[in-house]
Amino acid sequence: MDGCSRKEEVCPQLLDLISKDREWLMNRGEERSHGCSEEKKLELRLGPPGGEDWSLKDSSKSNRGREESLLSLSYFSPMASIAHNNNNNGNQALKCSSSDHNNPVGVGSALSSPWASSSSSPSGYQAKIQHIQQQQTKAPSFLQFSSTPQSLPVISKEAPQTCCTKVVDLQNAEKKALSPASANTAVPNSSQKRTAPAPVVGWPPIRSFRKNLASSSSSKPGTESQNVVPTKISGEKEAETCKKGLFVKINMDGVPIGRKVDLKAYDSYEKLSSAVDELFRGLLAAQRDSTVGGFQKNQEEEKEIMGLLDGSGEYTLVYEDNEGDRMLVGDVPWHFLIFVGQYVCLHREEASRA
Amino acid sequence: MLRMANSFPEEVLEHVFSFIQSDKDRNSISMVCKSWYEIERWCRRRIFVGNCYAVSPRMVIRRFPEVRSIELKGKPHFADFNLVPEGWGGYVQPWIVAMIGAYPLLEEIRLKRMVVTDDSLELIAKSFKNFKVLVLSSCEGFSTDGLAAIAANCRNLRELDLRESEVDDLSGHWLSHFPDTYTSLVSLNIACLVSEVSFSALERLVGRCPNLRSLRLNRAVPLERLANLLRRAPQLVELGTGAYSAELRPDVFSNLAGALSDCKELKSLSGFWDVVPAYLPAVYSTCPGLTTLNLSYATIQSPDLIKLVSQCQNLQCLWVLDYIEDVGLDALAASCKDLRELRVFPSDPFGMEPNVALTEQGLVSVSEGCPKLHSVLYFCRQMSNAALLTIARNQPNFTCFRLCIIEPHTPDYLTRQPLDVGFGAIVEHCKDLRRLSVSGLLTDRVFEYIGTHGKKLEMLSLAFAGDSDLGLHHVLSGCENLRKLEIRDCPFGDKALLANAAKLETMRSLWMSSCSVSYGACKLLGQKMPRLNVEVIDERGHPDTRPESCPVEKLYIYRSVAGPRSDMPGFVWTMGGDSDFKPHKLNII
Repeated sequence: MDGCSRKEEVCPQLLDLISKDREWLMNRGEERSHGCSEEKKLELRLGPPGGEDWSLKDSSKSNRGREESLLSLSYFSPMASIAHNNNNNGNQALKCSSSDHNNPVGVGSALSSPWASSSSSPSGYQAKIQHIQQQQTKAPSFLQFSSTPQSLPVISKEAPQTCCTKVVDLQNAEKKALSPASANTAVPNSSQKRTAPAPVVGWPPIRSFRKNLASSSSSKPGTESQNVVPTKISGEKEAETCKKGLFVKINMDGVPIGRKVDLKAYDSYEKLSSAVDELFRGLLAAQRDSTVGGFQKNQEEEKEIMGLLDGSGEYTLVYEDNEGDRMLVGDVPWHFLIFVGQYVCLHREEASRA
Repeated sequence: MLRMANSFPEEVLEHVFSFIQSDKDRNSISMVCKSWYEIERWCRRRIFVGNCYAVSPRMVIRRFPEVRSIELKGKPHFADFNLVPEGWGGYVQPWIVAMIGAYPLLEEIRLKRMVVTDDSLELIAKSFKNFKVLVLSSCEGFSTDGLAAIAANCRNLRELDLRESEVDDLSGHWLSHFPDTYTSLVSLNIACLVSEVSFSALERLVGRCPNLRSLRLNRAVPLERLANLLRRAPQLVELGTGAYSAELRPDVFSNLAGALSDCKELKSLSGFWDVVPAYLPAVYSTCPGLTTLNLSYATIQSPDLIKLVSQCQNLQCLWVLDYIEDVGLDALAASCKDLRELRVFPSDPFGMEPNVALTEQGLVSVSEGCPKLHSVLYFCRQMSNAALLTIARNQPNFTCFRLCIIEPHTPDYLTRQPLDVGFGAIVEHCKDLRRLSVSGLLTDRVFEYIGTHGKKLEMLSLAFAGDSDLGLHHVLSGCENLRKLEIRDCPFGDKALLANAAKLETMRSLWMSSCSVSYGACKLLGQKMPRLNVEVIDERGHPDTRPESCPVEKLYIYRSVAGPRSDMPGFVWTMGGDSDFKPHKLNII
């Protein structure tokens, strides 16, 4: 698939398109068609900052068959100076990263051997967080330090090689290296309130039709406020319903006196069912007593009214819809009931009882 | 050997080849010997061109004369995020024009990120008598007039899929252009359209197409009318609702619930704009059968989301907003053990402070609870190396891992360290990782890990990461299977690019914007690498008006056998263009 493997063609992959005086990369004397990863071992020398000589030996490319004669060193000098800067900062970064274990936060214990299969079980992630957070509280100055990276002066080399140094330098490095057009990249800092940074084009990487979802929820006229999606933090419950109650009359078959119930005081059928049970239990018992003929109101004889919703009990909760039909309340979700019935009744199914 | 090849009848070989569908295998077959090359090219029916400028229509037609199905991709991926200026290119018209003469029996056209005009659509509609499938993914440049032409003329159309395209929506009348005699629709996706289509035309269309399997409506289709539509197509496998809101009426609810429960084959649900939570229970009956659920427009809170997903035990793919929160992802991990793909989108991407309780913990839970999870896209505001380590260990099967920490340069929130080690764990443990997007504070070290371990990596997206050219060098020299590399706002300059010039010919494309690649280096690359198109994209004017060391705004490099293209706008220049340039024949299709 790769034509470069054919011998008769020029194989430009060997092109040493930059000058031979390469300070930033070690020897790469290979002649392969694919990116030469097999034998490349990029040795990263964690030398002191300023020592940019990263190549172990001279990049003598004499083993290459055909050497393209390239532009002279002078052409590359402006770029070499950029590379020099990059090297410095790059070195700095590497240097700092090697001192991970020495930072005052003491995180090293949790992360020092990332590849070791340590004892951390999946649930150990939480334990790790606690561990790290405990350690963090011991170094308030570190937190302070990192909270204002922009206001720190450039740290001199004698300063303790903490990670915050690296953070500062990386940001400086990035600022130097980035082209002027992109100078307005945001520097994040979640530990302090910050003003909104200049918006970055195309970031975060989401398609335009996914933007403005939170603000564009449209509620049709006539729906209650509880259907509007709150955009605040989810700790808040859904927006409260209208303050005025929705009172419906509940009648029980065979009991002349009905009760009024505020449907909005409940948020589920179960709660309504138990409320109905409480309201009518006494009434029902009184009714029985009167038919039986005694005046005793025996507390033990007050039976709980159950099975209101599923038809399993003696009584069933039904409502009358706009067309006057009696419908089982359980068929529609709770929120719909609120807007339906003005008239709810407890229906006694004599015929259906086995 | 040659005698054997000659004596074996062509028809038999053709028949054998017909069982081999993958492009890679077809390419291998064609390289066995000359006669196999010939036989294979005459019987190849399906072509995939990953970069429409890598090859010219004429070359494709010359080699493959009997194509029935073509797939083309145009703009680079970062065009999705408005990084590719308007007018860059990706026009399908030259392809259509060429194929009209060459492929009269063409049946399928699939396009991604291409510019499609009404003219192109009209040509398609009138020239290909057996046309069956039109998929326009993230395309633009056409209007509903073009769709009307397709509807009116394509008697055998099976699929019309406009996924996420930008359509000049003049009216919904186009749908009425499907003639009454037209009954072969199998899949219709108009979710990206804004205007209302004629609902009665839609109902009639759905009613007379018995093979309709996939119907994705647009937001304008009212919920109250969905039930009647569904009753005409209870065989639907995929449904995209319109706006999921209506006045609370029990009859509407029970109608909808009833119609949905009659759709026994339903496996995929999407749509759900403007959700009124009270109506969600209507879909509950479909939940146990669902394998795909796209709630990425549904602005509902985690309690409602939990109630929904807990019933979808067979869910394989979930797209959702971060309203689901960590608690919802815990529920997902507990209920959906077959989950393979998860995408969590940000509900408030530009807000400074988090608006939901979604953190790295949600991803940790899912990686722990869903053993088959292999593809993730996750937007969040905080991450830690420890979490990434845990995720990597929990789930070494990731093939696609895309993490977007919303604020650039965000470090590990616990330790303030870069996230190098965490992402390093991902690439080290996930040996089959093919696609990776990184974010947060990252140094060159993460690229060392990626170069060392990302051997199967094919696509890599970088933003606001790294310190120096060494980072880019690690990637280019280490990732053997890299095909697409896209970079923005990273401090990468000339050195790594020039030192790895040859690597670029093994890749489909490289995108770099807001980096430090100089104009001089681009010119050099263009001159020395004739099989690459090195496009400099710069809206500040011709780079000759600035010093050669000045970095270019954007750079798009891709391999091509077609040479520099001729349809560039005024802000794009192809470097090189030597007079002795000759296109080489490469088997890269």
